[in-house]
Amino acid sequence: MNIVIEAIIAILLLAGAAFALVGSIGLARLPDFFQRLHGPTKATTLGVGCTVLASAFFFSSTQDGLSLHEILIVVFLFITAPVSAHTVARAALHRHVKTTERTQGEPWRH
Amino acid sequence: MRARSWLPHPTLTLVLFLIWLLLMNSITPGAMVLGALLAWSLPTLTRAFWPEVPQVNNSWKMLGFILLVLGDIVHANLVAFRLILGPTRKLHPAWIEMPIDLHDKFAVTILASTISLTPGTVTVEVGRGHTKLLIHALNAEDPAALVAHLKQRYETPIREIFE
Repeated sequence: MNIVIEAIIAILLLAGAAFALVGSIGLARLPDFFQRLHGPTKATTLGVGCTVLASAFFFSSTQDGLSLHEILIVVFLFITAPVSAHTVARAALHRHVKTTERTQGEPWRH
Repeated sequence: MRARSWLPHPTLTLVLFLIWLLLMNSITPGAMVLGALLAWSLPTLTRAFWPEVPQVNNSWKMLGFILLVLGDIVHANLVAFRLILGPTRKLHPAWIEMPIDLHDKFAVTILASTISLTPGTVTVEVGRGHTKLLIHALNAEDPAALVAHLKQRYETPIREIFE
């Protein structure tokens, strides 16, 4: 395998892992539920995106022909991630989950 | 009866065909025949579930919009990186109500999803009649400016594409 491609793959994998890690750290250390929600919903977009891109590069360079079905993972993730984030956030809103006092503004009440 | 009742959703058919080829990860004649068959039969059989066809007025603009959102995701992830690792006392979380001026349900869905995908904001609820969105922002020192930014950057192109 070409050293340049290998370097690209390594960088993408490390970047993807770093984004996923930071997303998880956000989930663990942010102060309230709604802030914590920001961590994992974001990590999936770029963390998985980088990892999947690395996979596409790897299999395209080691096997015959292009390997593009990884793109589907990203496409489906981009469609489903906002929907699941929205559903979880709405459930929390209806249960009146507390936010930190510093949060500006008011959510809608039901 | 519509004129093209044998092909109710041409765009959906094309997308399904491409997804099938990607899933198979090959462009052999066999995969193409089976893909074409599925891409034609699925929208035709499930026609009753989507009576309205989302109209895309400007395909090039849509491509530009997708690239814009991808770029923003990368940029905003780096910003979120700093926010999450920095001191949490410095964050300014906020509930933001964003008035929207879109009539097509599909366009509202795209806008809400785009806002959730770009880091720092999550769409929590869509108001009755699709006139406003409730957004939770991780760090918004000036909510009014954020709303203006979201409207100008995402809502305007979405309106141009779908309405």
